[in-house]
Amino acid sequence: MTVGVIMLVHTDLDRAAQVARHWAAQDCPVVMHVDRNVGRQAMRDLRETLADLAQVRFSRRHRCDWGGWGIVAATLDAAADMLGQFAHVRHVYLASGTCLPLRPVAQLRAYLAERPDTDFIESATTAEVPWPVGGLDAERFTMWFPFSWRRRRMLFDLAVGVQRRLGVRRRSPAGLVPHMGSQWWCLTRDTLNAILTDPDRAENDRFFRHVWIPDESYFQTLARRHARRIESRSLTLSKFDFQGKPHIFYDDHLQLLRRSDCFVARKIWPRADRLYAAFLGAAEQGAGATEPAPGKIDRAFARAVQRRTRGRAGLYMQSRFPNKHWENGITAAPYSVFQGFDEIHRDFMPWLARTTAAQVHGHLFAPLRAEFAEGQSVVQGALPDSAARRDYAPRDFLTSLIWNTRGTHQCFQFGPGDVQDIAWALAEDRNAQISVVSGAWAVPLFRAGGDFADLRIRAARLQGIESAHLNILRSPHVRARVRIWTLAEYLESPSEALRPILAELGVPEPATVPALVDLTGFGGFLQKLKNEGMHPFLMGDFPPEERQPPAAVPRPRAYVAR
Amino acid sequence: MGVWQSYRLRLQRKRFRLRAWRKRRELRLLRDRTAQIGAGDILLFSTLRNERVRLPFFLDYYRRMGVAHFLIVDNDSDDGGREYLEVQPDVSVWHTAHSYKRARYGVDWLNGLQNTYAHGHWALVVDPDEFLVYPFCDTRPLPALTDWLDASSIKSFGAMLLDMYPKGRIGAQPYTEGQDPFEIARWFDSGNYTIKRNKRFGNLWIQGGPRARVFFPDRPALAPALNKVPLVKWHRRYAYVSSTHTVLPRGLNLVYDEWGGEKASGVLLHAKFLSTFRAKAAEELSRGQHYAASVEYRAYADRMDDDPDLWCRWSESYINWRQLEILGLMSKGNWA
Repeated sequence: MTVGVIMLVHTDLDRAAQVARHWAAQDCPVVMHVDRNVGRQAMRDLRETLADLAQVRFSRRHRCDWGGWGIVAATLDAAADMLGQFAHVRHVYLASGTCLPLRPVAQLRAYLAERPDTDFIESATTAEVPWPVGGLDAERFTMWFPFSWRRRRMLFDLAVGVQRRLGVRRRSPAGLVPHMGSQWWCLTRDTLNAILTDPDRAENDRFFRHVWIPDESYFQTLARRHARRIESRSLTLSKFDFQGKPHIFYDDHLQLLRRSDCFVARKIWPRADRLYAAFLGAAEQGAGATEPAPGKIDRAFARAVQRRTRGRAGLYMQSRFPNKHWENGITAAPYSVFQGFDEIHRDFMPWLARTTAAQVHGHLFAPLRAEFAEGQSVVQGALPDSAARRDYAPRDFLTSLIWNTRGTHQCFQFGPGDVQDIAWALAEDRNAQISVVSGAWAVPLFRAGGDFADLRIRAARLQGIESAHLNILRSPHVRARVRIWTLAEYLESPSEALRPILAELGVPEPATVPALVDLTGFGGFLQKLKNEGMHPFLMGDFPPEERQPPAAVPRPRAYVAR
Repeated sequence: MGVWQSYRLRLQRKRFRLRAWRKRRELRLLRDRTAQIGAGDILLFSTLRNERVRLPFFLDYYRRMGVAHFLIVDNDSDDGGREYLEVQPDVSVWHTAHSYKRARYGVDWLNGLQNTYAHGHWALVVDPDEFLVYPFCDTRPLPALTDWLDASSIKSFGAMLLDMYPKGRIGAQPYTEGQDPFEIARWFDSGNYTIKRNKRFGNLWIQGGPRARVFFPDRPALAPALNKVPLVKWHRRYAYVSSTHTVLPRGLNLVYDEWGGEKASGVLLHAKFLSTFRAKAAEELSRGQHYAASVEYRAYADRMDDDPDLWCRWSESYINWRQLEILGLMSKGNWA
């Protein structure tokens, strides 16, 4: 008893001949179906090449269009030939011209001999199959498909649309429950014979002739009626990408294929010489009676589909440029934005760098240059500090920086003195942690002193900018993690305020809190601004007299807007 | 995109094709080996001038990759490059002494040749200092890629220009004929690119890299474009618009995914900054045959006198395509 192979061939006849020879040499009869579209000369050459092999036969030729009935008709004829001409065949394996046996044929034969009554055919009802292409599942069986999906897509879609509108519903023959699955099966002689000699064969064929992609449903459905024992899986390793096209195997997949322990793989790139040499050459020493284990290959290809459909978050490049809201994360990793802290703490940045493992930049959006950590003029990714370049594409600047420094948490300072174009991108980014002490910009003004009229103008400008920024941070579209304190609130207990921020940076209990700058006289400064008619409101309430804020006041009300 | 805009682009494409047809007369066929071109062959098109020293490595690089035939327009070289090309077994050569600029930087000439010879073929259009790298290029030849693109119904393949540079002064290590240029110019900028979308043609406009960083720090908008679509399953109705940055019809420019995923893409390693650069820049400047009044070459000339070092502490040293993939400069997409 042995296994017979039906090969459906339409291109690369040389490779098909090579594989047929391999099967036949190991006592597996082959019935080859060559697509009608193949030219006469090529067909003659193929026959000649294989003329010395009595075990290789050719079946009646059909024209095979993707998704059409031709493939099933070809398979049925070839199966009839196989059963009729080779009496010692117990299992029939359906393969294509681009399939490649990965394990010694003897192992396949032994595997099947141990399971003489089992049909290996992937077969699931339409309700449970998530893979159909083109959005059609149950409708494959209830509509008519007069147009080719590949070549007449518009007409195809139109026909589907019209039938949906009209509520066209074909009925399947009595007793048939439509099933679908991989085209590549391995059936027992009994099951295949029962399908071929089914008393309702004519009716079945008539029904499936107008089903869409019948090669994935004809045998899958009828096997359910006739089989004694179905193993719903394919012995052929065949992976599909997100458009329903089979993945192709190349030379560099050699090890992956070897370790898969699958019996047959498709599709092999016809020019993958190393694969053909390796698997068709001197008897491959496989692992004996092991079960196929395609897990590793599954994962590799699942990753490829993931990359194609979701991509790498925070990456913008020549072949990934998502529309707004489709970024799947504006930036690549979490980062922190500090507004006002640097103004009220002494040496805030060095302290932050010491306390956390983060890279701490100054004001990245300062008007003159991007103030990178450690005064660098270029950082990771060769990103320069040029303000012109940054302001030419501020979002690209931010996303590049975060992408380039994946693995190191980034912190930077921001404030009303900076270029504000980036504000919305920050607010909408769920990776951003934005902490604001509002009104803190007044502290440097207060400490700098100088011409008060000038200070007053600058204060008014900064207050206007920060106020607009706070409006952004309070908008319902914000996805960043935002914390806002007024300066007065913050000063009541800086360590309380800093704790949750640092906790998110992975520092649960900071040992120290940086010292505050000297604010003696700040209240008076604000009062003076008020007296001049400029009303500073972002800092909260400061008494005009020289008094430190009382210690026992209510806890700071940090509020989080998300 | 309205009907009107779409109609205007169609007119524009026709005009380019007409131009290409008209400019054919400027080309004189020197060596015709196009009869060797077989069905399904991958063809390489290039315009060049005085690139003799680069040619041996260039031709070998693409031969090994699987390019079957080279169709080259020689813009009046006087360094022996033309004679060298004429004796290559797989090269067809055209000669012209006409203006490179008035042939829209060679695009018209090549459009004309492509429409004649590349219909139905995968056509790769590169300069002699551009070297294609694509996913798995160390284990799979170019036909593996084009077969896969065919199977996936993809008609064009994007490959961004990646400027490579040496460490130290540009002229310090002389380039010798036949040498791999990336033994010298093996550094690149990995993450300082800006991307804008060109609404009209649908392509991305990518700028950045060492040229933007060093030559255009204060005028980023003038920095040269790096986006390219060099590999197209050509149809005689297609036309490149400006260099290989843009191609019509617009659909061919959509080499990027807009819904978060990554399409497969490659990189054109750009071996511009070799010891040959200074002389080249001076010559090109004096000929005034380059884009936008040669603004790029003028910026180089301004800086070349102090012989700039493009290298910086964060420059990356080139290893292989996998490195470029990890850095996010190119992608395997769903090719696995």
